Formats: sequence, structure tokens, C-alpha cells
Amino acid sequence: MTFRPDMRGLAVLAAGTLALTACSAGSLGSSDDSGGGPGASTVTITYLIGNQDQDIKTANQIVKDFTAKNAGITVKTETRPAGTEGDNLVKTRLSTGDMPEVFNYNTGSLFQAIAPQKNLVPLGDQPYVKDLDENFTKTVTADGQVYGVPGGGFMGGGVLYSIPVYTKLGLKVPTTWAEFMANNAKIKAAGGVAPVIQTYGETWTSQLFVLGDFHNVAAAEPDFADRYTKNQAKYATSAAAVKGFEHTQAVHDAGYENTDFASAKLPDGLRMLAQGKGAHYPMLSGVIANMVDTYPDAASKVGLFALPGDDASKNGLTVWTPGGNYIPKTTTGDKLEAAKKFLAFFASPDGCASLSKAAPPTGPYAVKGCTLPDDVPQAIKDMQPYLDKPGGSSLALEFVSPVKGPSLEQITVEVGSGIRKAKDGAARYDEDVKKQAQQLGLAGW
Amino acid sequence: MVRVYRPYSNWFYLPTALIYGVLFLVPTFASLYFSLTRWSLFESKFIGLDNFKLFFQEPALVKGFVNTLIYAFVTSGSKVVLGLLLAVLLTSQIVARGYLRSVVFFPVLVSTIGVGLTFTVLMNPERGLINGALSVIGIDGPGWLTDPKWALLSVAAVDVWKGVGLATLIYIAGIVSIPREYVEAARVDGASSWETFRRIVLPLSRPATVTVIILSLIGGLRSFDLIWAMTRGGPGFTSDVIASVIYKQYQAGFYGLSTAGNVVLFVVVTAVILPLSWFLNRREVEM
Repeated sequence: MTFRPDMRGLAVLAAGTLALTACSAGSLGSSDDSGGGPGASTVTITYLIGNQDQDIKTANQIVKDFTAKNAGITVKTETRPAGTEGDNLVKTRLSTGDMPEVFNYNTGSLFQAIAPQKNLVPLGDQPYVKDLDENFTKTVTADGQVYGVPGGGFMGGGVLYSIPVYTKLGLKVPTTWAEFMANNAKIKAAGGVAPVIQTYGETWTSQLFVLGDFHNVAAAEPDFADRYTKNQAKYATSAAAVKGFEHTQAVHDAGYENTDFASAKLPDGLRMLAQGKGAHYPMLSGVIANMVDTYPDAASKVGLFALPGDDASKNGLTVWTPGGNYIPKTTTGDKLEAAKKFLAFFASPDGCASLSKAAPPTGPYAVKGCTLPDDVPQAIKDMQPYLDKPGGSSLALEFVSPVKGPSLEQITVEVGSGIRKAKDGAARYDEDVKKQAQQLGLAGW
Repeated sequence: MVRVYRPYSNWFYLPTALIYGVLFLVPTFASLYFSLTRWSLFESKFIGLDNFKLFFQEPALVKGFVNTLIYAFVTSGSKVVLGLLLAVLLTSQIVARGYLRSVVFFPVLVSTIGVGLTFTVLMNPERGLINGALSVIGIDGPGWLTDPKWALLSVAAVDVWKGVGLATLIYIAGIVSIPREYVEAARVDGASSWETFRRIVLPLSRPATVTVIILSLIGGLRSFDLIWAMTRGGPGFTSDVIASVIYKQYQAGFYGLSTAGNVVLFVVVTAVILPLSWFLNRREVEM
């Protein structure tokens, strides 16, 4: 009886193929280079991006605007899957030396997991680094060196809400959880509209009550992130942190979710919100561009507020930093120069203008001198007051601590579907992050 | 000593041995080593049996293990029963026998992922065809893939739909190879159809049964593709099997841990199949 475990076979096969393609891509590349002296010939670099519509649109626009100004450089784009599948691909290509000249990838904990010191070209000597927002550079820094340039705007994680529903029922934007639940009760009593939209058909969308609540956690326990990284604070035992799980359970227990919450997907959720069939959708502001694209009305009909916590005076927005653009160490010579120019374009006001042209921004840019266009959707405008107010916003936990477990989305689906209780879910997530911390070799785990 | 004449040199083994060695032996033994390390794709650190300890503490594992056994036995059992019944039907004198045989076998030829995605759409609780059809006759169908009570069994049902053709094929071969004389002799002795089936077809198709059980049990124990395509182990962890637990660990970048999981899966499948295969084959010889 022979038995071949599928995964292992596949992994080896994949590694093998990658190694093979590495050889061929490498030799092709070098034959390109031998074309002639600098200036006379064109340098071709490849830019690896995610395969979501928005990513591709943005990349195409920025490449167009960049090459218009840099005649000697051609930029090709290549896509990769999003999520954990993409994480794997990025790691594999880096370790086999097969990474394109420039690639777009997450900042924060995922950035730390690709061993930047070993794999990436440091950018600390570039003049534009001082123009980058400090909140951003913190998340692309390893051992004091900056490695990345922002590939978009900041994102907020809050509750997207239907303005027509709020006007019709005469509701006020809530600043505490109790007010939020009171609004839900009124919406439910009025009938016809689902108070809270959840879309567990796409599991990642289930995490916002937990991840987006981090500003409230940090406001209540300012040293949480630090102690969390050192294995001293836990979701299940911190009174502030466990709230996110309790909130996920509370909306299910009260029957506030849309009836098809278990099978609905992100586009269904956006449709319900844009058409006023759902009132609240805890989400990242990154999806707004997509929604406005499909439902132009939504630009004025959908607003955003931060996830409410216990204390109205400390209420604020949890913020995600934009993805970064990086250069792998395998990029050298003319291509390295071209890649650096490409990144410099991203970090310039021209670059931001190009991003805004491609799609409505997801939030303020991380580059000094960049301004948002006047016609941004209402939900993005709603983010600005939080960011302007001192102490009105915090970075999400994944940007201030490298510890992030991979199973949170399954756990929040269970908690939000009534399969598991909040406390139990939080404890389970604490177990989940342990593996990540050990894999990263953090002290104290 | 008699030297057997062989027209071909042993060197002809070399290409196959090389491929087998590089793609199977080396990874197998490398995985034994890597299961004892914590490795990223960039470096590895020897940590002894910690991965196995961690793997067995994994809360999803107990669930995954139970689900794997349920899945394997449900699919294997259904394939044996349905496969045998279909084979008896398709070896008897019925109209359009050849056509029906192809119909039963057809799902085996379709891509598993394709089948999974198709059924995911059909089983959608609100917009799916299955619940749509049920509501016409007044039944309010459950969320086949979104209700934790149903998810695993729904996937198992699709697995049976897809795999029963192969079981039927094996049974048809087994039944056709039973000598006609036995059946004719039984008829002469006045045996009814049921007695013929019970006393002749069933015992004499035992080799086919053994093959079907072993093949479908192995398939069930390491099943992954259909479950991943349909539920990704969800909702939550309720339809996770060992293979999907391992895959998620691998995706999360816990390479050492998932390698340890694969070693465990290898041992479990061997531990279930080896004694079973020995037991079933022994009975066959005794008969």
C-alpha cells in the first residue's frame, strides 16, 4: 500500500517548478540587459500585485503615469492571489530568488514574516523617506531600516452605515455600544431592513467587530499591544479585548443579522448597504471604492463611524496602514535603479494623484504633500475627523504587534453564527496566536 | 544457477528510479526531518518533538479527526451499498443498460473542484436550486453547507455522488466474472432472485467489496479537495478534516507543524488500512 500525502507532493512540485522558472526567467532577463548603454535602451521591470480588480486598476494607472514621465523604463505587471495563498507565494518566490523587481505586499506583522533584513533592499538612503507618514514607516521598518513605500491610502475599520435608513428613522450616529444596540433595536422594530449585515460566505469579513475594536482596547489598556507581544496579555482575560468577541456574539444573539448571513458574500453585503436593505456593515473602508463603482449612489448614501465602545469620550477609529511596495535583494544594476525610481514615484504627490485617478481613495495618503480630491465618497470624508482629533485613532493591532493568528476569521464566524460562545472563541484565538509567536521566535512564548 | 535471460539492461530502471527518488523518497525522508524543526522558507531550527506536541494540542484536531473518521466511514459505507445495488441493477437485463452505465460513471470523470463549486451553488440556502426545488413541494430545506449539523454530511453526499460510479464499475466487473453455472444451478434448485443474490452474488463478489472498501476508505481518510472547494472546513471549524487542518497550518506558514501533521496523517492512514487490508484479504483466502 503506497500513500502519498498530497500537500507534500504538491509543495515539492511547486518548489520544483518555481526553481525551473527561476532559471529561465533569470536568463531571459540578462539577455534583455545586454541591449546597450544606459539611456539608449529601455529597462523592463515587473511589478507584482494582488489580483483584486482594484489592485489591477490602480497598478495600470500608476504604471501609465510613471512611464509617461520615465521614457527609458517599461513596467510590466503580474498578479498574485490575495490572502494566505498570496502570503505563501510571496515567501516561496523570495526564497527561490524568483521575485519580480518590485512587489506589493502587506505591512506590519506579515511584512515581518518575510524576513526583510535578508530579502529586501533597504530604502533608508532615499530622499523621499522623510516625507512618509511615521505611522506608515513604523510598519515597514525592521532593525531600524525602512524597506517599503506606501501603495495607497490609509484604511479605516469601522461601521459603514446607510444614511437614508438613519434619516428615515431619525437615528443618531452612536458613540457607545449601548447606543449602537439601541439603534439596531429601532431598525429591527421598523422592519424591512437588516440592522447588521454579516457576510460569512467570505470568512475574512467576519473579523471587523474584533479587529476594528482595537482603538477601544488601546484606549482602555494603553499597554495592551506591548504586553500582548510579550505573552502577558490575552484576549480572553482582558476585559477590554474580549469585548470584540462579545459584540460579535451579541448581534447574533439579538437576531440583528441579515437572514442569509451564513452564505452571503462581500458583494451581497455591499449591495444590501447601498440599496438600504441593511443598515450597518462593519467593514474596512478599502471596499468603498468598489461599492461606489457598482452603485454610484452609495458615494453619498453610505457613511462611516468608528466601532463604538464603552466610553463615548474615548471612542475612535482603528486604522490600517496601506500595503507597501518593496524591492527584493535579487534586483540589481539598471533594474534596481529603475525600481527605485518607480518607488520614488509612489512616494510623490504625482503618485498620489495617479492613485486617486485610478479609484476613489480608501482614506488619507501616507505621503506628505498629498491631498484627497474634493469628490471623495462620504464614508471616506467621515474618517477625517477621527484622524484630525488627537487620540482619535489608533493603528490596528497587527501593525503594532507581530502576533496575529491565522484562524481568527473561522473563530469569529463560529462566534457570530452561534456555534461558539464569545469567551470560548477568545480563548481559542489566544491558542491560535501562540503558534504564530513561536514560529516568529518571539521571546516569552 | 540458471541465469534468466533478460532482453533489457537494468539501467532502464534508472529514469523511473530517479523520478521516484527525487519526487517521492527524498521528500518523504526530508519531511521526517523537517517535522522535527520549526522552519520558515528561509531557515530552520531543530526543536525535537515540539511540533507533534503542538499538533496534538490543536483544538481543531480532535474535531478534524472525528470528522475524518465520520466522513471516511459514511462515504465508504454508502459507496459499498449503493455501488453493489447499482451494479446488480446494471448487470441485469434492463432497457438502455449501456447508457445507464455511462450515466452512473460520468461523475467520476468530472473535476472534483468543478463538482464542488457546482454543488456549492446548488446548495446555497437562499438562491440554490436544491432548496428552490424543495420549497415547491413545501419543504423548507436547511442551509446544506452553512448549518454546522449538515455541512460535513452534505459534502459526504456529494463525494458519494461523484465516487459511486467507480465502486459500481468494480462491482460490475466482480459480478460479471461470477460463472453463470452457479446461478443456473441455483435456479434449477428453485432459488428465488433474493436467494441467488444473498447466497451467490454477495459472497462471490467479496474481492470487489474488499477493493471498494479499501479504495474509498483511503480516499475518505485523506479527502481534502472536495471539502476545501465546498466549505473550506467551515462554517468555522465544523467540517474540518485532518487534511484541511494541516493545509491551513501550512497556509499560515507553520511549515514544521504542518509537516508533522502530514507525518501523523501518514501513520494514521497506514494504521487503519494495513490491518484492514490484512483482515479482509485473509478472510478471502480462508473461504
